[in-house]
Amino acid sequence: MKRRTLLRALACVPMLAPLGGTSVFAQSVKSNLIRTFGRIPPPSDIKRVFVAGGPAAILVAILAPHKLLGWPSVSWMHSEARNAFGPPLRDLPVLGQLAGRGSTMPAEKLLDIKPDLIVDAGSVDETYLSAAKRVNEQTGIPYVVIAGRLPDSARQLRETAQLLDVEARGNALADYAEEILSEAARVRETIPVEKRPRVYYGRGLEGLETGMLGSLHMEAIDAAGAFNVAAQGGQKIGVARVSLEQVIGWAPDIILTQDPNFASRVLEDPRWRTIPAVRANRILCAPTFPFGWLDVPPSINRLAGVFWLFAHLYGIGKDDLERRTTEFLRLFYGIERQA
Amino acid sequence: MPGKNSAPFPAFLTALSIVVAIFLIAFAVGKYPVSPADLLRSVFARLTGRDAGLPEAVEIVIWNIRLPRVTAGILVGAALAAAGAAYQNMFRNPLVSPDILGVSAGAGFGATLGIFFGFSLTAIQVIAFVCGLLAVGVVYAISGLVRRHDPVLVLVLAGIAVGTLLNAGVSLFKILSDPHSQQLSNIVFWLLGSLNGIDTRDLASAAPLVLIGLAPMILLRWRVNLLSLPDEEAAALGVEVARLRLVLIVAATLITAAVVSIAGIVGWVGLVVPHAARFLVGPNFSRLLPASLLLGAGFVVATDTLARTLVVIELPLGIVTAMIGAPFFLYLLARTGKTE
Repeated sequence: MKRRTLLRALACVPMLAPLGGTSVFAQSVKSNLIRTFGRIPPPSDIKRVFVAGGPAAILVAILAPHKLLGWPSVSWMHSEARNAFGPPLRDLPVLGQLAGRGSTMPAEKLLDIKPDLIVDAGSVDETYLSAAKRVNEQTGIPYVVIAGRLPDSARQLRETAQLLDVEARGNALADYAEEILSEAARVRETIPVEKRPRVYYGRGLEGLETGMLGSLHMEAIDAAGAFNVAAQGGQKIGVARVSLEQVIGWAPDIILTQDPNFASRVLEDPRWRTIPAVRANRILCAPTFPFGWLDVPPSINRLAGVFWLFAHLYGIGKDDLERRTTEFLRLFYGIERQA
Repeated sequence: MPGKNSAPFPAFLTALSIVVAIFLIAFAVGKYPVSPADLLRSVFARLTGRDAGLPEAVEIVIWNIRLPRVTAGILVGAALAAAGAAYQNMFRNPLVSPDILGVSAGAGFGATLGIFFGFSLTAIQVIAFVCGLLAVGVVYAISGLVRRHDPVLVLVLAGIAVGTLLNAGVSLFKILSDPHSQQLSNIVFWLLGSLNGIDTRDLASAAPLVLIGLAPMILLRWRVNLLSLPDEEAAALGVEVARLRLVLIVAATLITAAVVSIAGIVGWVGLVVPHAARFLVGPNFSRLLPASLLLGAGFVVATDTLARTLVVIELPLGIVTAMIGAPFFLYLLARTGKTE
């Protein structure tokens, strides 16, 4: 049965296309941020959105939670996040992700839940684009891929909001994002390069995995104007393992992480002892509620990481951090914190 | 005729001096610049119990990072090569490596589970070790149940089947892990093997197990030769074939599981090193075992030194051992073909 549904759907795609009428949207958005596959329905017709992975899930959950069909995975979600969310987000099922060969979401199930649109966000390369194209061709469901770099956050929010017919909300959040990013630009301008803190970002089981120059995973740290010691390696290879000797050689002033286990272990491990950051007890563990603030997944949520880094790296707005956090969680997720 | 049966002692001396040279080079190079003079001063100070007056970072790099890592290279290489030599002899097959009975697949599956469920590093190592032993236990039990075929053949086939099953399990958890979190890359790195981050605690847990496993191999080295005969002939010579085989399997599994649990799956060592050793000292196990231990240690220390110094980032050890081991294996194949 399922197979027949799939075949029928496939057969219908080319015939339906001309009947659907030309989408207003397809012509109105000339965006280099959003790549579309298939005929995108008019915004008001998009009611059910399937998200391919973490960054897209967070983007849609922030903008249009009532249109989100489910979470692609919960492994990158803070354990208390779901309970803290309001009704539509709290009760969403976990559906599986679309990631080319690494997909856990079968094409047939995708047809079964009938989304009006599939949204993916994050890194955009030919692998992701061709996978998106293939899913679109196979299922006939329109697919958009949104480039998810942090400096483009405001445009991402604005343009995705247009796509999902929630422009007012998108504009409000985009204004907020612009404010943070222009604050970041000012900070980078005022603090001379030689005064910037030399940071090491530790990921992985032993904290020996880090983001190299230009990595998607280092964008919050880059935006805050910190100097990534691993950038000395100069490679554009995203995330890589490095040796502890190398980290000692880099002698970072600050160690950043999102892993509380690593943050506490690094202070006890004698091998890390001579690193200036450990001597000065400057191990900063970023929050992960409801999603990672620096990374994991590299999402819009990293905007919070930028102002968190201002407070911890430079003491800018340190007294204001609690208020800003409360404001951010309320504005983006509708989460009310008790002060 | 490079030392088939003639003069193994010069060959041993050559091998020993090469391995010592590798050890010294490995100790002297790394990502943190330590000059040879500082290194000597630090070593001398340790020996005489005096203070070397060096920055603490230098002392930590030498004694807490490099020394455990080079020692781990010796341990892992010697252990895998010894297990490989024993298995190649026992299975009468030069293509056999220590993971033939599923110990690496079991350990890999255990580690994958541990990483997937977010356990601590120590817990991951313990699970990997236990699952490695369990996998071989299951394979051995199966071979005991199937009695109508050649026992060695059943062992190998059961090992392949159980290994395949466990690898499927590993792949399943890889798919289930999230690409944005660190799980997937942790699993992949673990499966490729690495000595990065090894400390003295890891050595303290693995070294005794390796020594316990090596003891019966050394004590039974003469009898192991007889296993390369058909079972009936060996039995006629007074060897309890089944029991000896079990002892060797337990010993080889113990040492392989111990090193795999701290270093991940380092391929090619157990396959290629015994070949090189046989090329050097001949097939007699009482010579093959020490030669394998020595060459295995040298090979892993050398490849790990490349893995940690070649580029800014760490290369997984398994990749380097394969890139050097495979061409070397082919070279040996060509050489031995001509002489025989």
